[in-house]
Amino acid sequence: MSEQKTVTQDDALKDDVLKMASLSRLQTDGEEQSLFARQFRDILDYMDTLASVDTEDVEPLYTPALHGGMPRDDVSVPGIGRGEALRNAPRRDGEYFIVPRIV
Amino acid sequence: MTDICSLTLAVAAEALRKKEISAVEATRACLDRITRTEPAISALLCVDAENALARAVELDKQGPVADMPLFGIPVTVKDAICTKGLVTTAASRILEDFTPVFDAFVVEKLRAAGAVILAKNNMDEFAMGSTTENSAFQITRNPWNTGKVPGGSSGGSAASVVAGQCFASLGSDTGGSIRQPASLCGCVGLKPTYGRVSRYGLIAYGSSLDQIGPLTRSVADCARVFGVIAGHDRRDATSDPRPVEDCAAALASGQSSQSLKGARLGLPREFFGGGAAAEVRSACEAALRVAESLGAELVEVSLPHTDAAIATYYVIAMAEASSNLARFDGVRYGRRAAEPRNLEELYVRSRTEGFGTEVKRRIMLGSYVLSAGYYDAYYRKAAQVRRLIRDEYLTALERCDVLCAPVSPETAWDIGAHNADPLRMYLMDAYTLSLNLAGLPGLALPVGKGAESGMPVGMQLIGRAFDEAKLFALGHALERALPGIGSPALA
Repeated sequence: MSEQKTVTQDDALKDDVLKMASLSRLQTDGEEQSLFARQFRDILDYMDTLASVDTEDVEPLYTPALHGGMPRDDVSVPGIGRGEALRNAPRRDGEYFIVPRIV
Repeated sequence: MTDICSLTLAVAAEALRKKEISAVEATRACLDRITRTEPAISALLCVDAENALARAVELDKQGPVADMPLFGIPVTVKDAICTKGLVTTAASRILEDFTPVFDAFVVEKLRAAGAVILAKNNMDEFAMGSTTENSAFQITRNPWNTGKVPGGSSGGSAASVVAGQCFASLGSDTGGSIRQPASLCGCVGLKPTYGRVSRYGLIAYGSSLDQIGPLTRSVADCARVFGVIAGHDRRDATSDPRPVEDCAAALASGQSSQSLKGARLGLPREFFGGGAAAEVRSACEAALRVAESLGAELVEVSLPHTDAAIATYYVIAMAEASSNLARFDGVRYGRRAAEPRNLEELYVRSRTEGFGTEVKRRIMLGSYVLSAGYYDAYYRKAAQVRRLIRDEYLTALERCDVLCAPVSPETAWDIGAHNADPLRMYLMDAYTLSLNLAGLPGLALPVGKGAESGMPVGMQLIGRAFDEAKLFALGHALERALPGIGSPALA
C-alpha cells in the first residue's frame, strides 16, 4: 500500500517537474526528471517549514531598500545605439535581430 | 627587493605614489604571479594582460594623481560584472561569447580611481553556488589546500586575492557569496548595505539581495576599495542617494580607529549553537576573548527566526532568479541553439543547452513558487518572514554596536564533498544569507585557523544599515589585535 502511494507521489512530482520546466522554457530528459523530482521533494519539504511561522498581520518585505526610489528626470538621453545593441546578437542583419519566422 | 605581490594594497599604493615602484612593475609582478599560481588554483577565466599593461604604461606616463586612490593597483573582477570589451560570462555557457558594450558602474569607478583591471574571476554559474564548482568552465581551488573548495560564489575572487595575483577583487554577495569565500580562503570581504553600491552592470541573480563588494588582504584595503565603488548611481533605482563616509581616511588618520574598548559586540545565540563545527566556534570565541580583553563588552542577543532564514532566502532568491534569467532567450545576446524550427524551440533549446544543472534547478523552483496556487504559500509567505528576520536584526542592533558571528559552519571542505545533495549545500549558507534578507552590511575577516583542519576561519561583523564605517573601525582594531594567519605557500 505504502509502496503504491510512493509511486503515485513520484509520478505527481514528475508531472510537477514537467510543468516547472515548461513554465521555465526548459527541457528535461527522463533521467533529469527523476533526479529533479527527488531533489525538489526534499527542497520543497524543507521550504514547507515556513508554514509554521506565525505571520498574521505581517506586511511582506519585498525589498530592503530604505529610500523610495528616485525617478529620473523625464528627458531623453543617448543610448548605446543600434550597432552596439546588435553586436552580441547571435543572428542579425545590421538593423534587426533575426529570429525564426513567427507568422 | 620585497615581493610586490605580498604587499597590502595600502603599502603598494604608497609605493606607487612615491614612484618607488611603477604601475608597469606592479602589473608585471601580478601577471608573473598569475602565471605561476594559476595552474594550481584556476581562479581566473580570462586574463587581459595586453590591455592591463597598456593601461599601466598610460598611468606611469601620467604620473600619480591625488584623487586616484587606486593609482596603478592591479585588481581582478568577478565575471558577473560587466567589463566593456572584455568577455563576461557569469561562468555560464549561455554567455560564453558575450562581450559587454558598457562598463558596470563599479568598473567605471575602478578605472577612474586608477586601478589596472587584470582579469575576470571564476565563480559559480550566475553566482548560484557556495563552492565555485558550479562554473561551466573550471573548478577553482583553495590556495591553502588545492584539494579543498575556495567557497563561492566569488571563489575565484577570494582565491586570487589570497594567492597574491592582485591587490583586491570585486565580488558579489546574494546570500554570502563574498563573505563565505573570504572566510574559507582567509581574506577580508565586505557585503555592503543594500543600495550602497550600484548594481548597474552586475548580471542579476536575486535583485533584492545582490550587492557588489570588495575582497582584500586587510580591512584598511577593503575600506579603500569600498570608498571607490560606493555611491549613488541613477542607473540603479535601488541605489541610495546619501553621501559616503571616507572610511579609509578615517582609519588612516586614527580618528575612527575607535578601539575595541567600550564596543558592544552582540553574539546571536542561534549562531553560536551546535550548528557550527567545534574548530570554527573555538576560533571565533578565541577572537572574541581577545576583543573582550581589550575592553569590548560581549552581549548575548537572540534572532529567533534564524531557523526559518534558509527556507525564506531560497524561496525569494529562486523566485527572483527565475524572473531575472528569463532574459536569456538566445535572441539578443548569448548562446543560440542551432537550426531552431520556430521561436518557442529557439527559446527552449538555447536555454536548455546554455544553462547548467544548478541554474536550471533554481529557475524551475523559482517558477514553481511564483506560480498560481503556490505564490501565497511560498513567495508571499517568505516575504513576510523576511520582515520578521529584518526587524529582529534591527532590534538586536539597538543594543549593540555590531553583531559577531561565524561566517561558515565549517572550514573549507573537500572538492566534490557535497555536490550530490543540493539541499545540504544550501544549509551551508545558514550564517550568511539572513543578512542579505535584512539588507544590512557584513564584514568577514580571518580570525585564525581551524585546530583540526588547519584551514582559515572567518568571523563576520554585522552592522546597522549604512554603518560600514563602524564595521571597518572595529574590524581594523580586531585585525591588529589578532596574530594573523599569514599567506599560503603557493608557487
